[in-house]
Amino acid sequence: MNLIILIPLLPLIGFIINGLGFRKISNSIASIIGIGASVVSFAIVLYLFLGFNGQPQIVKLFDWISVGSLNIAFSFQIDQLSLLMMTIITGVGSLIHLYSAGYMSHDDGFGKFFAFLNLFLFFMLILVMGSNYVMMFIGWEGVGLCSYLLIGFWNKNANYGTAARKAFIMNRIGDLGYLIGIFLIISNFGSVEYAEVFSKATGFAIGDQAITLITICLFIGAMGKSAQLPLYTWLPDAMAGPTPVSALIHAATMVTAGIYMIVRSNVLYTLSPLTLDIISWVALLTALLAASIGLFQNDIKKVLAYSTVSQLGYMFLALGMTAYSASFFHVMTHAFFKALLFLGAGSVIHAMSGEQDIRSMGGLYKKLPITFWTFLIGTIAISGIPPFSGFFSKDEILMHVYEHSPLMWALALVGSAMTSFYMFRLLFLTFFGSFRGTQHQAEHLHESPLSMTLPLMILAVLSAIAGVFNLPEIFGGTAKLSTFMEPLFANSKIVNPEAFVATHLSHGQELSLMGISVGIAVLSLVFAYILYINKKSVPSTDSEITGVQKVIYNKYYIDELYDTVFVKPIAKLSVFSYTVLEFLVIDLIVEGIGKLVKSMSKEARTFQNGSTGYYIFAMVIGIVVFLVFSLRRIFI
Amino acid sequence: MLTLSLIFLPLLSALLIFIIKSEKAKQIALGASLIELALGLYTLLSFKANALSQFGFSANWIASAGIKFNVGIDGISILLVLLSTLIVPFIILSTFNRSYDKPSTFYALILMMQAALIGVFVAKDAFLFYFFFEVALVPVYFIAALWGGANRIRITLKFFIYTLFGSLFMLLALVFLYYQTPDTHTSDITAFYDLVLSQEQQNLVFGAFFIAFAIKMPLFPFHTWQPDTYTESPTPATMLLSGIMLKMGTYGLIRFLMPIVPLGLDQWGSVAMVLSIIGIVYGSVIAIQQKDMKRLVAYSSFAHVGLMAAGIFSQTLNGMQGSLIQMLAHGINVVGLFFCVQIIYMRTRSRELEKLGGITQNAPNFSIYFMILLLGSVALPLTNGFIGEFLLLQGVYQYNYWLGILAGTTIILGAVYMLRMFQKAMFGEQSSLTATFTDLDFSEKAVLLPLAVLVLALGVYPNFLLKLTEPAVANLMQIITK
Repeated sequence: MNLIILIPLLPLIGFIINGLGFRKISNSIASIIGIGASVVSFAIVLYLFLGFNGQPQIVKLFDWISVGSLNIAFSFQIDQLSLLMMTIITGVGSLIHLYSAGYMSHDDGFGKFFAFLNLFLFFMLILVMGSNYVMMFIGWEGVGLCSYLLIGFWNKNANYGTAARKAFIMNRIGDLGYLIGIFLIISNFGSVEYAEVFSKATGFAIGDQAITLITICLFIGAMGKSAQLPLYTWLPDAMAGPTPVSALIHAATMVTAGIYMIVRSNVLYTLSPLTLDIISWVALLTALLAASIGLFQNDIKKVLAYSTVSQLGYMFLALGMTAYSASFFHVMTHAFFKALLFLGAGSVIHAMSGEQDIRSMGGLYKKLPITFWTFLIGTIAISGIPPFSGFFSKDEILMHVYEHSPLMWALALVGSAMTSFYMFRLLFLTFFGSFRGTQHQAEHLHESPLSMTLPLMILAVLSAIAGVFNLPEIFGGTAKLSTFMEPLFANSKIVNPEAFVATHLSHGQELSLMGISVGIAVLSLVFAYILYINKKSVPSTDSEITGVQKVIYNKYYIDELYDTVFVKPIAKLSVFSYTVLEFLVIDLIVEGIGKLVKSMSKEARTFQNGSTGYYIFAMVIGIVVFLVFSLRRIFI
Repeated sequence: MLTLSLIFLPLLSALLIFIIKSEKAKQIALGASLIELALGLYTLLSFKANALSQFGFSANWIASAGIKFNVGIDGISILLVLLSTLIVPFIILSTFNRSYDKPSTFYALILMMQAALIGVFVAKDAFLFYFFFEVALVPVYFIAALWGGANRIRITLKFFIYTLFGSLFMLLALVFLYYQTPDTHTSDITAFYDLVLSQEQQNLVFGAFFIAFAIKMPLFPFHTWQPDTYTESPTPATMLLSGIMLKMGTYGLIRFLMPIVPLGLDQWGSVAMVLSIIGIVYGSVIAIQQKDMKRLVAYSSFAHVGLMAAGIFSQTLNGMQGSLIQMLAHGINVVGLFFCVQIIYMRTRSRELEKLGGITQNAPNFSIYFMILLLGSVALPLTNGFIGEFLLLQGVYQYNYWLGILAGTTIILGAVYMLRMFQKAMFGEQSSLTATFTDLDFSEKAVLLPLAVLVLALGVYPNFLLKLTEPAVANLMQIITK
């Protein structure tokens, strides 16, 4: 039990030490503390994993908030799902911490950076380890804070600060949805503890309105955190942060929190087909939209960012099919290959002295061989080409989609064609052809130090082989991951067994589906090869881009749309409220009442002018008026 | 006796400081406020978590009229007594590296204010409550009028008259209620709870109380005195006003309005609720484009007080508990934020966001504390602000879905204006004003460190306080629904 507490506690301690002393602690000690906290946590997670007996374990630390019958405990839940997530978070996290020691070595804020990374691990672990929805919310908002702090890490640049703010605020919009979801859970279940909510949920009918509302509200939270339409625009901007941050937070872990949340709440979602349909379509649209934007981006990190949004779309698409474990399988493989790609991009940027535009790169494979080979593996993996991991996880998703709706499957295939194209375009433009950068950059080109290339190599191996963790039957596997996760879906199977029937596709059909998707990916590869290797074409400069391509290059002007529809009107409303409503309406009325009283008192004062004649006159008038009124009453 | 000493210790210290006119008025005042804090903590630890009023003291005041000097502390008072004793030492300490003219008068007024505020929160007699309610206005008026900014006379006069105007309605209501009590008449608050009033009578009393408390807090649309007063007053007065004094209004709602006129609440509560929520959104929206940091925090405080009121008007246990915790949390956060603004102002002579920027580069410690207070204010989980907002928003949501969602926009808008302020002041390139910014000195750290610790401690372990207040709040809920 004490070991479990140590898992999030160690990164927290690392954060406190490095955070309080970041100007006094030397870089080497700061990195030892930061990396150490992460690695030891990872070791404890592995130890727990090996000793895990299949029974969920709940560790309660104390009662956090109790009011009336509502009791929110500060407690952890160790089960299949949290263990898997913890392994990815601390495992990939450790590699990225190690990488950062090299990547950030020249930065003034070295210790601060490690402090923030550790803090992120703490909150991310709370997110997945909590045993109730409010605990998850602590992590949920906490990782948002870390994301804010790390995107704006180089906050001297005002644009970076703005990107950080945008991320936090967009996430907060989602968080309001999540919060309302929690309120609905409280009023429907009287508790926020997973165990209690999920066992009570089995008493609800499929399509129950309350459950539908809950699941939609929670999904709004996921849209923000996991960058789905319409709340995705913060993620590409988040690339302002140092590259290890993009790898850890904006690719491998934080952005998958939404998927974790839905897998965790699978019984609620299984109960609500309407929400599942909404998720599927939102996810599919996001996957396609983001992939299409990725086709024309020239910033190495922006391509990867849109790719992440798009891949998250595939994960949600799987959730919409109630293929929870398939979705999670993709979370896992994506964590490996996307972290790898980002770190590879970081290695390139490091070598290019900060340059991120692929139009100024080219031919880097000679100078950065390790980065190149590992990046190649990542590219093949994400493109869904066998035998690397992405093929298995994506294919499992596509198979479920096909069973659900061939139309959606066809659309999803278009997305994977685009994925393969933009990834190979990126690879070819960066590593092949001739170098297009400045003389100065050319001289400076170098392979990164071991602290950076070691994580690349480890992640490359994982990206290559992770398919074996859930090797399907058709290839002689036993779908280990799915089997391991099986107990998580027990309640879902009670409420809706039909959502979980085994595939009715024959092996032949399965194989031909795979053949089609692999064929399409390879076709895209070839297309990219012809364009960027054979014809040696280089994307045009920004001013030369025209037509549809310009619209897509400018991300369909969605940022501008949001700006016009939300940001500017609110700013105008703010100014209007302040200058007009506040001073010309409300305060004027208040002041008016004050003035009225004052002027009335002035009038009243003139009656008291000290002249006896005037008083007598007034008295007589008064008596007459009084008499008239009294007499009138008598006569009428 | 304990309650009595809580009132008289600051009062006597104020007299002492005023009479001896020592050069060390500051230090004496700090010492006195620390002893008061110790007394407050002792009270907190000795307090038993039940619905009863404890540490009572009663003496005849105007015996012929049945009016008593009757004080005591129940689960609702305890939190506000804690707030009043906790905040004042920080307010005094926050002035340590600047000097005010006539220091003995200045610090004596602060301590007098504290005595009056505690009096408000422990009074069990309606007229005694009214007495302290009005007396509390005097010291802060003088602080603002004597040490305030350029427009201080006009603005403080408006503030004074406005709030005085409001409390006159309360006086009328109290006199009316007094004459409704059985023959020998009493002004004991609990006797007011037992009155049987008609719907019309309740409506009128509701209106009178509501105006008095709504002006004090202030609620929309009675708030226009607030941003000016907060901005023009010297920062210690702003801290007193926003940190503690506005809670007199929210406390009044809980102590008087709800239990005395439940039928009036049935009829008019929804209007009050809607006004509270308009205030949340309206205040937040205005805060978004503010250029002056102090005014921005003033509007954020206005928005937050709307939240507290909404939690109370939700008439749910969660909403009320949330509001109570929020009163304490808001006191800590807003005092801390006003101090951060003051620190910036002292060094740069400016509060204009456009003229600031890049402060983090020279002042990492300051940035950390500012950030923690800001996070408390935007209600990040594990900070004090979250506990209150989570519970009270849930209460409002139970009251009405749509109003709950509207009130919930505070978590978005709050982030918008607070992060904008932080970015403009702290991030980006340094300006000519901030280039020589120095990090915190000892006395500043002595204020900000404990406040930051409180932000986190109350966010991690609020249950201690929730358990103290719950019996009293539950009891009150019974009176309301009776």
